[in-house]
This record gives sequence, C-alpha cells and structure tokens, in this order.
Amino acid sequence: MKLDHASPPRDGAPQPESGSEALTREDRALLLRYMLMMRKAEERGLTLYKQGKVPGSFYDGRGQEAVCVGASFVLGPRDRTCILHRDLGAHFVRGVTPDRYLANYMGRAGGVTGGKDGNMHFGDRELGSVGMVSMLPDMAPVATGLALSFKMRGEPRVAMTFFGEGSTANGQWHEAMNFAGIHRLPVVFVLENNQFAYSTPNELEFAADPIKRAATYGFPGVSVDGNDVEAVFEVARIATDRARAGDGPTLIECETMRMHGHGAHDDMSYVPDGMLERWAERDPIELYRRRLADEHGFGADELEAIEAEVTAYIGECAERALASPMPEPERATDGVFADAWEPLGDGRAPWSRWNAPAPEAPDANGHRNGDRELAATEGRAA
Amino acid sequence: MAELTYLEAISDGLRTEMRRDESVFCLGEDIGAFGGAFKVTDGFVEEFGGDRVLDTPLAENLIVGASIGAAIEGMKPVAEMQFSDFISCGFDQLVNVAAKMHYRQGVAVPMVVRLPSGGGFSGGPFHSQNPEAWFLQAPGLKVVAPATAEDAKGLLASAIRDPNPVCYLEHKGLYRHVRGEVPEGEFEVPLGEARIAREGEEMTVIAYGSAVQMALDAAEELDESIEVVDLRTLCPLDTEAILASARKTGKVLVAHEATQSCGVGAEVASLVSEHVFEFLDAPVRRLTAADVPIPFSPPLEQAVLPQPDEMKEAVRELLAY
Repeated sequence: MKLDHASPPRDGAPQPESGSEALTREDRALLLRYMLMMRKAEERGLTLYKQGKVPGSFYDGRGQEAVCVGASFVLGPRDRTCILHRDLGAHFVRGVTPDRYLANYMGRAGGVTGGKDGNMHFGDRELGSVGMVSMLPDMAPVATGLALSFKMRGEPRVAMTFFGEGSTANGQWHEAMNFAGIHRLPVVFVLENNQFAYSTPNELEFAADPIKRAATYGFPGVSVDGNDVEAVFEVARIATDRARAGDGPTLIECETMRMHGHGAHDDMSYVPDGMLERWAERDPIELYRRRLADEHGFGADELEAIEAEVTAYIGECAERALASPMPEPERATDGVFADAWEPLGDGRAPWSRWNAPAPEAPDANGHRNGDRELAATEGRAA
Repeated sequence: MAELTYLEAISDGLRTEMRRDESVFCLGEDIGAFGGAFKVTDGFVEEFGGDRVLDTPLAENLIVGASIGAAIEGMKPVAEMQFSDFISCGFDQLVNVAAKMHYRQGVAVPMVVRLPSGGGFSGGPFHSQNPEAWFLQAPGLKVVAPATAEDAKGLLASAIRDPNPVCYLEHKGLYRHVRGEVPEGEFEVPLGEARIAREGEEMTVIAYGSAVQMALDAAEELDESIEVVDLRTLCPLDTEAILASARKTGKVLVAHEATQSCGVGAEVASLVSEHVFEFLDAPVRRLTAADVPIPFSPPLEQAVLPQPDEMKEAVRELLAY
C-alpha cells in the first residue's frame, strides 16, 4: 500500500490520433456495433416515451455515441465505471443488455434497478458499474474513492468516470480533481463537452477551458474529437495505461454535440441556427462507417449486415422489455439497508481481456489474454 | 476493563478495529500528524501510517464521496468531519449517493462518518449543532449517538462492521467529562438496541447523547423512581424499548440537545401516543434546544440549550401531573 506524495506528475499527456493501431478489424466492427446499439436502443426508447410507456421524461446521448463507446472499450474486467446519462454505449460495452435498459426506462421489474430508479440512473453491480445520481458532478468524488482503494491495495485497476462540461462548474468536480492529483490516483476523467449544460452554452459556463485546468491539478489534460471513436479510444487507452502504471489521472475532453434536447421535453430553441446542421455532418456513426469502408475494407454488405443485426436485436430486446411486468408494490420498501457487503462483479471487456493480477504482455493486436469469446457472445445474456 | 474517558474510548475503539481489519482506514482534515482537532486519532499515524490515517484537503464532499467509492470496493473508511456542522458541505454525497446506493442498485456502502457534535462551550452557530434529524430524514443512513464511554467504543465497532453508511455522533461535551469502565480489546454494542440506564416506576426519561447524563443526574438529585432509557441508536430506533418503558411508567419525557421541531423527541412522542396511548397518565413532554441557531455568548447559549435545572423542573412537573 503506497500513496506517493513526493513524485511530481510525469509529462505523459496522451496525444490524440485519428486512428488506433491497437484495434483489429473485429474490434472495429464491435465499435460500430456498440454505437449502433446505443443509437437504435435510444431511438426505440424515445418511441416508447412518445407512446406513453415511459414515466417521466426521456434522456439520450444522440451524437455522443463515440465518446462512451470509444472510452469504455479500453477497460479491463476489473476496472470500474461511473457511467452517466449520455453514455448508454458504455453500459452496452460493459455487458448491460438493451432489454434491461428499456425496461428500466419503463419502470419495469426487469429493468436494471427493478423500478427503484428510472431512465439512465442505473449501474449494474454485476458488471462493475456504480450508477449515477441526478447531481451530475457527484460521481467524480466517488470514482476517486474507487481509485483510492485500488491504489491503497496496490491493484493495477482503473476507475473511469464520465461527466459533461456542465459538471466542471461545480465544486465537487474540483474536489475530486484536486484529490486525484494529490495522490496520483488511477482514474480517468472523461469530460464530454456537448456544448450545452441543459440550455447554458460554454461561454456562460466557464471563462477558462476546463481542459486547461488539468495542469493546475498536476496531471495531463487532452482534448480529442469526441465524434471520432478511434481517437477517443486511443486517448483513453493511453490514459488508462498511465493510470494502471501508477502515473496518475488524466482528464480527457471529448468535443461533441448533444443532438437532442436535455430531455425529450426540451425543444432546443436556444441552439443557434445552423449549429445542429453543422454537427449533423459529423455524425459519429456516419463518420465511422465511412472510415471502415474507405480505410479498412469493410464492404457495404458487411456494414449493412451489422446494422441489420443490431436493428433486429434491439427489436427483440424491446419486445422482452415490454413483456417485463411492472414491479410488485411490496418491493417499494425493500432494500433500504444492506445485510452484507458483497463485491461488485466484473464488466465485459471486449477489447483488452485484461485480468488482474498478472496481465500478459499485449499480443500483436493489443489483446492481453487472447480470449475473444465474450466479445462474440456480447449482448446475448439477457 | 480499563477506565477511559469517552474520547479515549472512541480512540480505543477505532484503534482496535484498525488493528483487527486492514481494510479499516481513517480520512479527514488534520487527523494525521496533528491527531485530529480533538485528538481522537492522536498517535494513529505513527502506528498505522499516513495511508490509513489520511489527511485530506478541506473538501467534505470529497471526503464522503471518496469514502463511498472506497467502501464499495471493500475498504471500510471512517471519515471524520472536524465538526458535525461541516457535514453540510458533504451532505449531497451522504444523502444522495451513500444513503440511496443500496436501495437503488443493491450496492452496500460500509462506511462511518464521525461527527463531533453538540454545544455548551461557546462554539457558536457553526461548531455546536446536533444535526441528527437531518440524517433521520434520509432513509439508508444509520445513526448512532453514544452517551457513555463503553457505548462510545462498542457502538463505533458495530458501526465500522455494519455494511451501511453510519453517522456516528460523538458529543464534544462528553469527550473529557464522561468516563467509565470500558472492556479491553474487541468489543461491540449492537446497533438498534436501547439501554435502560436507570430503572424506575414513576416516569421515564427517554434520552440519548448528552441528555442521558443530565437525566441521570436529575433522577439522583430528586431521588424519585425515574427510569432513564438511553436510545444509543437513533436509526434503527429501538421502538420496543421505548414502548415497554412508556407502558410501564405511563409518563414520558423525551430529552435531547438538538432543536425541537421534527426532532427525535417528536418521533418518540408520536410512537408513544400511537401505540401505548391507553397506558399514559400524562401528555408526553419534550425537553430540547429551542428552535434557533446555537448562539455564541454564554448566557445566550445557556438560554437555548437544555440545562440541568430545566431537566429537574420538567421531571418534577411530569411526576406531579
């Protein structure tokens, strides 16, 4: 157990790259598949909302798929995540199935929280995820605590937390960044700058770009094109490697755009004319489809097959979610207190296949343990 | 058995648990080299090292939030608020993240927040509060408030071993003024069990924290058959012990140093009137602080906090009813 106060942070700022050499063709197909899963699951959720099947409002991360998918794709099973409400793709990467997501939105017994909490306020304890709360900066201190325990026990594990640029205005964000910097904790902070905190634009949120603040906390900060899934992956990969090696936290700012309102009730009247149209030209899924075709030899039929498979799968998941019963009212008073502590389960790790405590050296494809079985069965364990 | 002050008993309990279980660690402001504002962790950093007696920046939400993260991963953090008043700065993490975690996602958060509380020493409005009612309105938090040295040690051990977030209120006025025999080594007092501090037949004083000794002193001075129930744990509340004593004596005074409205006294009075109304010989009375911030100047503070004479007067009145 070592908390080293003495060493200054190294200058290990990851440099963004447009493509990652650590990815195989199969990985690339998975990246597209997870982004499509998020897009189509959220489209289906929005339809269910419009059909009156979703209590409350509906929140999605349309346009931000590359951030959560690219960043979470780097994680190992025993790493831990605090996933926020524009990051559905990260839940899918870690192994949550869309039926449970949709059921959660509808308040069904089969939802991740069994109806205890709604919309995106969930974390699957069996998949190493600690669920968000509505106070969006709050998971940054919690993630530093996860990372503190890894560091105290000398475990090569990483905590990854997501938040919007809105959270950077709140004191809790500062408290977490400061503490993570002091103790060089193994935490990766993924900042999604989607241009608006609800309706408040960047220029009313901060005078200094949040990414510049990372240096003042004593660790690197790097901005990346948040609509380029491989660029996000590559920066997150380097940041995660740094954290795992004991070199401390990294702040990653992913520049992106929230293409829908804060919630389905939000008409986005505050967005300047032309802004959505400009960002629509940089849709992360379209960009990646084009890259897969142009640079990696994916044929049109292959790309269509991936999309068709995802569409069919989301359809099946929606049917299962709709078939899930509402929770029994008696359950409302269950579970306020725990009878015992139990460890979180581990998340799916389709890329790294890393396992503590003795990770193998990465092979030529960047894979750690060579096991690709889970990736092939992803999303089928509803 | 060793005779310890209430403060020494807290230190002894904490040290014992840290020796017993490597996952127990402390974090808070000035708890390391300085040993804490009240010296509860005096000498700890020498024995356990700076990693397990972790000095934090002045950042209560971080202290509570990082404790939550570490607890989820199997550590057992004991977070010190330098004064219980400062939990207001970490309240969001406590009531929104820690308290609701198990209900929402089945994730246990085994952590303790130590809260030096209470007034009587001109601490003023920000160093004197008794914030227990804040926590009692946040389902998912357990709340303990020991009155004796023995319970200070035993309840702390139970709080640390409990798989839930526990608010541990340690009354600063008791730190060096209350002493007693405390079992050596590992020792637990179960959460949720009240204690009959004094047996009696004519009336009951239900109290916790600093009000327990005040009630015992009044009972001795008045030399009447007065029962004193020390709640020890405010959540879960030992309803059976409260109702049994009320049923037995038929007269109940609830006493605490915290403010009155919607406090523990209100809850106890409601329980008694709902469940044992037909056994009562008098209305349930409350002796509490007035519903004002705790003022600084001694005559003002004394006017606000319950005083021994007021306790005797309240007991006399109820006995005579």
